Amino acid sequence: MAETPAIRVSNLRVMRGENLVLPDLSVEVASGRVTGLLGPSGCGKTTLMRSIVGVQIVAGGTVEVLGEPAGSPALRRRVGYVTQAPSVYGDLTVGENLAYFSRVVGVDSARARETAALVGLEKMEGRIVGSLSGGQRARVSLASALLNEPDLLVLDEPTVGLDPLLRADLWQTFHSLADAGASLLVSSHVMDEARECDDLLLIREGRLLRQTTPGELQVETGEQDLGRAFLQIIRDAPSQAGQGAGS
Amino acid sequence: MSPSITLATGIRVLRQIRHDPRTIALLLLVPALLLTLMKYVFEGQPHVFQQIGAPLCGLFPFIVMFLVTSITMLRERTTGTLERLMTLPMSKLDLLLGYAIAFGILATAQAVVICLTGFGLLGLNAPHGALLVGALAVLNALLGMALGLLVSAFARTEFQAVQFMPAFIFPQLLLCGLFVSRDEMAPALDAISWVMPFTWAYDALERAVSPGTLDGRIALDAAVVVAITIASLALGALTLRRRTP
Ligand SMILES: Nc1ncnc2c1ncn2[C@@H]1O[C@H](COP(=O)(O)OP(=O)(O)O)[C@@H](O)[C@H]1O
Ligand SMILES: [Mg+2]
Repeated sequence: MAETPAIRVSNLRVMRGENLVLPDLSVEVASGRVTGLLGPSGCGKTTLMRSIVGVQIVAGGTVEVLGEPAGSPALRRRVGYVTQAPSVYGDLTVGENLAYFSRVVGVDSARARETAALVGLEKMEGRIVGSLSGGQRARVSLASALLNEPDLLVLDEPTVGLDPLLRADLWQTFHSLADAGASLLVSSHVMDEARECDDLLLIREGRLLRQTTPGELQVETGEQDLGRAFLQIIRDAPSQAGQGAGS
Repeated sequence: MSPSITLATGIRVLRQIRHDPRTIALLLLVPALLLTLMKYVFEGQPHVFQQIGAPLCGLFPFIVMFLVTSITMLRERTTGTLERLMTLPMSKLDLLLGYAIAFGILATAQAVVICLTGFGLLGLNAPHGALLVGALAVLNALLGMALGLLVSAFARTEFQAVQFMPAFIFPQLLLCGLFVSRDEMAPALDAISWVMPFTWAYDALERAVSPGTLDGRIALDAAVVVAITIASLALGALTLRRRTP
């Protein structure tokens, strides 16, 4: 495995307000794979993703993305980021949103239509985004990040709130992107989604509990159900907060 | 910086406003209606209407653009689209100039409507031409836009942004000389008024709507307005952060 990882995080330390959200995180994410970033709400998934795309002020450590420091200008054409809350213009139509982001990343309108179709929005280009359902809006946000076929996609809970059919479609899309050479980091607080990923990062309270794969996790815990397997890992791990406050 | 991204941003902002007919009505009609109202309020004192109404034709665009821009920019910050744009190959200048293009076009439309109403329909006098007042109105609107972009960084909610209006605009409106000549104010207020953007905007307008010859002073006023606009845009650029806590 001489290939450079898509993401290399070393001793990352992030404060948000008064909270030490990531005390000292080190992890590598392999390229060309779909890596799941799983952990309960509030564990620091969004904070880690923000650090990777270079919009988070960090207190220490380094984050390297595709061989460059996170947030460096060259990466702005190579990394796609989809925030947890859909970040598109609610007062524009689907087509107008995609047309704008196409111009910003420098792709043509044919590609914008192709991308709309990729996430199942092909018949909705004339609809105002604000009048769409939450799941549809999330797909507009996702499509905007897929326009220029980035080498790394950082997707913050992209499947939350979507119906099961659509969710399955999206995971299939993620894998076909990975097959085409992209690397994907996908977060979720729904542990069942672990089975859709090639690799897994399990996080709790800003610490990496495990870097594993769905198969290894099942073997380790003896649980077929990945949701229960993760719960078991979480319960067995000592809580840092508990240790600090106790004794 | 990329002209194509700047232009795309200007078009995008105009499209956002186009989807909101009420805002367009607010931008174009409300100032003209207020001016009409004022004419009949001062029916018995037409000289007061001339004295206040004529410069107001050039000041309204400042107030409206300040409000609309600060809210549009605040939305950009709170809905996460600004964060997304900061991860894309877009420079801060692209964003600011895109806003300037969009609101500059709107401001021109607004200035045309209010100047036609004031100097055409309502009989206000522009001894040096309504075009001069219109041009100053566009400069003032761009100043309002630049200040609106800047203050949007200090508001968390749209409600707060709206409150900036009385907090930021009203004192300037009172001190600029529109209602009471500045040399009749308490000396301390007169001194303060010198550092307020509105004072310079008003001084230029007052000269533009008064009889007599124009001297270099109106050019100085306009230059100060342009300088404050550029300085506010530069400060506004500093508040657009790629990295946030
Ligand atoms: N802007 C902020 N200011 C202060 N604390 C924050 C801020 N954003 C998030 N936090 C805190 O940081 C922790 C991690 O948040 P986040 O990274 O959003 O978690 P996740 O995405 O896993 O749900 C939470 O405890 C949250 O309350
Ligand atoms: Mg989150």
